[in-house]
Order: sequence, then structure tokens, then C-alpha cells
Amino acid sequence: MRNAAEKIRVQCRVNGSSVILQAHPMARLLDVLREELGLTGTKEGCGEGECGACCVEIDGDLVNSCLVPTLQAEDTEIRTIEGVADGNRLHSVQQAFLAYGGAQCGICTPGMILAAVNLLARYPQPTEAQIREGLAGNLCRCTGYTKIFESVVEACRALERFS
Amino acid sequence: MRAYLPEYQLKATHDLPTALELLAGESGLWKPFGGGTDLMVLLDSAKLPHRNFVSIWKLPELRGIEVAPDYVTIGALTTYTELRRHETLTREFPLLCRAAAETGGIATQNRGTLGGNVANASPAADSPPALLVYDADLEIISERGARWRPLHGFYAGYKQMDLRNDELIRRFRLPRSKRDWRQHYRKVGTRRAQAISKVCFAAAASMEEGRIADLRLAFGSVAPTVFRATATEKSLRGERISPELWRAARETLASEIAPIDDMRSTARYRRQVAQNLLVEFLEMLSSH
Repeated sequence: MRNAAEKIRVQCRVNGSSVILQAHPMARLLDVLREELGLTGTKEGCGEGECGACCVEIDGDLVNSCLVPTLQAEDTEIRTIEGVADGNRLHSVQQAFLAYGGAQCGICTPGMILAAVNLLARYPQPTEAQIREGLAGNLCRCTGYTKIFESVVEACRALERFS
Repeated sequence: MRAYLPEYQLKATHDLPTALELLAGESGLWKPFGGGTDLMVLLDSAKLPHRNFVSIWKLPELRGIEVAPDYVTIGALTTYTELRRHETLTREFPLLCRAAAETGGIATQNRGTLGGNVANASPAADSPPALLVYDADLEIISERGARWRPLHGFYAGYKQMDLRNDELIRRFRLPRSKRDWRQHYRKVGTRRAQAISKVCFAAAASMEEGRIADLRLAFGSVAPTVFRATATEKSLRGERISPELWRAARETLASEIAPIDDMRSTARYRRQVAQNLLVEFLEMLSSH
């Protein structure tokens, strides 16, 4: 085979720590996070950018990690669901998902929480429409979305209270 | 089935000359790879036929939005998120911002690019109808030089376009001449977010004393390419809106679109909806 791709070394930061990923350049960031770094909180749903289960942040932007080739993670700052809590202290969004039944089977939850955390970083006091749009790229087959929506609303209230 | 990763090369480039040199090498060996929102979907399902890609994601020469007195230029790597956030674009080019807002979810909008949407050449792409309405030109570059051409006529057939193997789309140029036109955008999909269009419609018109002085009508998902309905435009230009006029325009439109049955919709539904969207626009023009 001509031009067979070798594994490359990709330097980046994941949840605040410098790491060197070793992977084929076209390997999905999703797989490398899970298999090389053992960060299995990031889930695979559809594998084609439709469901949001694999959402992570790259340089503060929400992305579907199934659609990011590892080469393009070079020199970036990545945050996965494992990097959302501050040690043992859960993020307000995580607290709210627990309190309001925002999680059921759990597969969509990491992506959903990252989408919500990312939304609140962009809009600290989002409108209902902004919340719905912020979560529109994340599919859930259990909750019917109402409890997820309420969880995010509650997280907004909690953040307001503590800020 | 998954793709076999060692078969796929993805080479990093950090400046335009390096990327163009690779593309100009052995003809057709390298293809550009931007934010990956289309190509990675094919890769994941082992349906990505090409093997060697140049990552252009980091090229600064393909980024940025510039506002000049008479036009704006938009770098090919401008993401949907960047389009939506740009103040001049939201004010003067609302159709483009609507298209960006209705493409995928936030995560897709952060990686998908305007240049990618055009170069992927999907007949169901959401932003090219808006670009056609705004008479967008595109700058195409290669080691041989740069050339400008209109987006109108860029597509010759399904997934065929006036773009050679060694060429890249660098940026788009949109005249600011239609900011006072009445503008209209409708995407019809299965759900409001994350859907691929069944029919996509972008339109704009300038009215003078109750007549349509000039107009643009562009559609996605009703022909082998995104296209401008120029025959229908011609039938309406200079005319006063009346039920007779829009009935005739519906028929003209039906004759110049070629919708098909596929997994997302049927030809019949698409034809009917395209006609209805046209009438909706004409009704909007006749109301004040």
C-alpha cells in the first residue's frame, strides 16, 4: 500500500493535563480519548455527528469528537465530561441533573451535560429558546427531554444564586 | 464496518503555499480536508473512497470576515458559528445566518465551514441557496494563480463543479447591494434541528411601486445541484403580484426543478412544497 499512514504523536491538553496522543492521523478523537486515555465518559451514539453523545469541548467550543480527526487536536485544549467537576465538587449542571432526573440510562448524559455547560459559558442567563437550541444537537431516547430541560433551568438558577 | 485507518493519510499544513504545493503535486493524489463534518461521516461508515487528505483547518489565509464599503468577503474556513455571530452578516445577510443556524447543532456549527458546504457540493446543502441569492462570487486559488467566478453556474451536475484537483476555494465575496431587499429563508426538514433538508429555499426581492423590480430565487434538494430558479425569476421580474401571476410562476417553477424520491422525501412532496414556498414568498411581498 502506498503512503500507508503511520501513527503520529499529537500533543494537546486534556482536562488540564498535557498529554501526547499516539494515533493514526485520521483516528477519531472519540476513540483515542476512550482507548488511549481511558476516558470512557465520552460515549459513542451514532458515530456521524447527529446525536451529540460524543460531545467534548475543544478550545472552549463544543464539538462532536466522532467527527474530529486526531491530527486536528494538535495544540488544543480539550475538556471531556471527566473534566467538568472540580475534583469531588460537581458542576451545578451535574448537580441539577442528579436532583431533577436529567439522567436515565446515561448514554446521552455526558454529551448533554457538556452541551449545557458550554451553553451556560456562552449565555450565563439563557432564554428558553437558547436552552432548547443549545441542546438541539443532543439526542436522548429516555427522558423525553423535559427533565433535561428542567435540570438546565435549575442549574441556571443555582448559578445565579451562587455567583 | 469501520474504516481501516492506516489507509488514510491526513497531513498537517500551516500555510497556504504548502497546501497548494501538495494539491498541485501528483494530480488528484491529495484532497483538502477542513472541519471534517462531512468527510468523517463517510470515514466512520467506511465509505470515504479517497485516501490522502491535506488538513487545511489551520490555514490563516482561509479565515476571517472582512467588511468593505461595497461587499463583504468571507474566508472559506469560516464556521457556521462565526457566520451567525458576525454583526454585519446578521444585519445585511440574514439568509446566510439563518442557513448557518439551521445547519446541524451547535457542535456541527463549530466545525462545519462555508467553503466545505460549497465544495462538498451536496444538492441538499443549506448555505449555497443563500449565497446564490446574494450573488456571491468565489475566489479559487492554486499554484497557477487566483481566479474569481460566480457561484451561479459553479455546479455543472450532481457533485460536479468548476474546481480542479489542485484548486482550493479561498473566500467568498458578497455585494452589499441587497440589504434593503425583502428577504426570505425556509428550510423544510423532518425536525427543526439536525435535519437534512427535504426542501430549502432562499429568496430576496426589491419592490418598486407594487412591482417586483428584481429578485433572486434559490433552492436546495429539488435538483441535482443547489440552483437558482432563473426561469421563474424571469417570469416574475417587473411584474405586479396577482393570483394569476403566482399561479403561472408555480408552473414555471415546477418545470425547472427536478426533485427525486429518496430516503428523506418524495419528488411529489418536494415539488408541492417548493411551489408552496414560492407562493409564501410572493404573498409576503404583496403584504406590507
